[in-house]
Amino acid sequence: MNDLEMPSHETPMLETRQIYKQYQSGTTTLDVLRGVDFKLEQGGFLAVVGQSGSGKSTLLHVMGLLDAPDSGEVWLNGQRIDNLPVREKDRLRNNSIGMVFQAYHLLPEFTALENVLAPLLIRHGIFDWFSHKRAAEEQAEVLLDRFGLSDRLHHRPRQLSGGEMQRVAIARALITKPQVLLADEPTGNLDEESGAGIIEALSELNRDNGLSIVLVTHDADIASQARGIVRLAAGTVDMINPGATGSAA
Amino acid sequence: MYKLLLCWRYLRTRWIALASVISVTLGVATMIVVNAVMSGFSNEMQTRIHGILSDIVFESHSLSGFQDPQWHIEEIKRVAGDQIAGMTPTVAVPAMLSFQVRGQWVTRQVMFIGIDPKTHAQVSDFGRYLQHPANREQLSFDLREGGYDTIDSQNPTETPTRPALEHAGWPHRRMRVNRERLWKERLESKESAANAPTRSVDQQVDAMLAATSPEGDFSDPPSDTAATEEKRTNPFQKARPNQGRVMDLAEEQFTGIVPGIGLASFRNRQGVDQFLSLPGDDVKITFPTAGTPPKAVSDNFTIVDFYESKMSEYDSNFVFVPIDALQRMRGMINPQTGIPSVNSIQIRLKPDAKLNEVRDRLREVFPSDLYAIATWRDKQGPLLSAVDMEMAVLNILLFLIIAVAGFGILAIFFMIVVEKTRDIGILKALGATSSGIAGIFLGYGLFLGLVGAGAGLILGLSITWNINQIRQAVEWCTGSRVFDPSIYYFFQIPTIVHPVTVGWIIVGAVAIAIGSSVLPAVRAARLHAVEALRHE
Repeated sequence: MNDLEMPSHETPMLETRQIYKQYQSGTTTLDVLRGVDFKLEQGGFLAVVGQSGSGKSTLLHVMGLLDAPDSGEVWLNGQRIDNLPVREKDRLRNNSIGMVFQAYHLLPEFTALENVLAPLLIRHGIFDWFSHKRAAEEQAEVLLDRFGLSDRLHHRPRQLSGGEMQRVAIARALITKPQVLLADEPTGNLDEESGAGIIEALSELNRDNGLSIVLVTHDADIASQARGIVRLAAGTVDMINPGATGSAA
Repeated sequence: MYKLLLCWRYLRTRWIALASVISVTLGVATMIVVNAVMSGFSNEMQTRIHGILSDIVFESHSLSGFQDPQWHIEEIKRVAGDQIAGMTPTVAVPAMLSFQVRGQWVTRQVMFIGIDPKTHAQVSDFGRYLQHPANREQLSFDLREGGYDTIDSQNPTETPTRPALEHAGWPHRRMRVNRERLWKERLESKESAANAPTRSVDQQVDAMLAATSPEGDFSDPPSDTAATEEKRTNPFQKARPNQGRVMDLAEEQFTGIVPGIGLASFRNRQGVDQFLSLPGDDVKITFPTAGTPPKAVSDNFTIVDFYESKMSEYDSNFVFVPIDALQRMRGMINPQTGIPSVNSIQIRLKPDAKLNEVRDRLREVFPSDLYAIATWRDKQGPLLSAVDMEMAVLNILLFLIIAVAGFGILAIFFMIVVEKTRDIGILKALGATSSGIAGIFLGYGLFLGLVGAGAGLILGLSITWNINQIRQAVEWCTGSRVFDPSIYYFFQIPTIVHPVTVGWIIVGAVAIAIGSSVLPAVRAARLHAVEALRHE
């Protein structure tokens, strides 16, 4: 069983093997992914580019266990994860995979601090929570401080700017100390300056903390800041530019 | 933890959902009030029924009764003596009561009941319902000098509701006899000096009449006295304490009786009782003798007190008389042996005794073709079960109101699930399980149910505890009587709050709130994460 293999330096952080995914839309069938092989090394930073409808987001959802592939395998740090029971998938999403979305996806009822704490709130039960509360809040405050949001802790999302919201979303993705960060067009809704700030922050995380990152974008400029680029076209990997630490399948 | 936090946030930010629980609140409040008032009425009614009926009634099927009550009492004691607190024999016969109101004879059908004044109070609350404080202590069939309650002792009010009773007793009797005598003298003097002017005598009579006539007294019949009539018609003169001579009605009385208050009074719109006759007045009662065929006999009696159980069925039907007098007048005493007969034996049980068990034990020993043995609940069974039935139906109907509120919650929850679709997707992306998502909405339903039921509890209890003030306020606003004391015979709306009933109402309401959030919760849990995230 590959599941039991000890992760070595050669073990990729995230790998997909022959992912197929179809969508049924009325009478027509849409082949979104047609055998995608993808590999992200430990500490890698890959940009996935491609035109609208090329299947970038679907691939990211499959890797993030939000969507199940019709066939193919997803491996995380030497463990096959696409065939795990639902509970285990939920646990992995909560523990090991951080996700950032184009539309920020913050909970409007929660403050910035609570949004960052959300994955930990989900992890711990009511009674369990109170023993973790202090440490978790400190950790969240440190993260928000790092992204320059220490004066926004108790603001609701609607009181924050787009850039601030996205930074809160990244802090939320990081609070669980994930093995990999999946970012889906994180700059799509932002002006150039804020977008640049976000990409800068991601690069820093990859460089300084060794965080493995997959960044989906349609913007070539942004993609160029990653250490490697994978281009999707018509549901298959079209071109690979492995960059410094990235590699092709 | 996120479930609790989100529930709390939703509770504080989704006012529309709070609107949906207003119907839960109203339903719970209504159920609490209705149950409290119904239990109050039911309890009041049972107390009153039980107040006149002893625990177990041991009866003969015939009006003539059975012989030798003492032997029966001993036998009953032998069978179930360990559970019995007291027994008393009674004789009950249907009778006609006649009394005079402003010279007109009023006749009513009554139940004429002979009781033993010494032991009857042991078996029922009879004594408690009398109008003279001394009679409540120990009943006496001798007319009292006065001191009857002008304020209802069971429903104390600030102002007297029975001012007429102030003069009742011997003062009333003396006044009446004097007045009747004066009337007679006046008539005679008019007859003797048919054409001569007798103004001076008339004036004298008028002055005396005015001096002896209390206000509001209805019973001033200018007629020939009962005593003169009694001499001609009454076959039971032997029963008289003063046979063979003309009674001085101002100083002596006939056999005392205690009629129900409803026979001799009515309540006016102001809640003041108007009396047709008072303690001290004489009445005639016609009743059947024992034996076959029964013959009707009549006799004179003096009202010595009134009985008021507040059950109009009893208060306008029962007339109590000493049992030995009734037995004598009906010929229920065996001339040879001197052993009397009675209709029934009233049995009072010890407080912890089992009602039905004692009844069944007695039924085994005494043949049912000779004796009817029934508990007070058996006797009023149809009435009691009708009230229970009414309460059950009412509860079902009111609970349906809360169920309707449940559908409101259902609809609003579906709306909230749709509105929150994206948040549900976010939570799933962050690792929330489907059951966790369902938990948010079930918890929200629980919160709403608790809030609604809690508010209903507070509202219901405050209405219940202030129901009489609310009644007064409504009456003041509308100017019409909501609760007419002349119908119900009590001034306050009685209420009893049973904590268990309230508990069930709350549990039911909360269960409905949770139940109606199940479908939306399941729907939320089944949402596909990616589709939910795309939801605009």
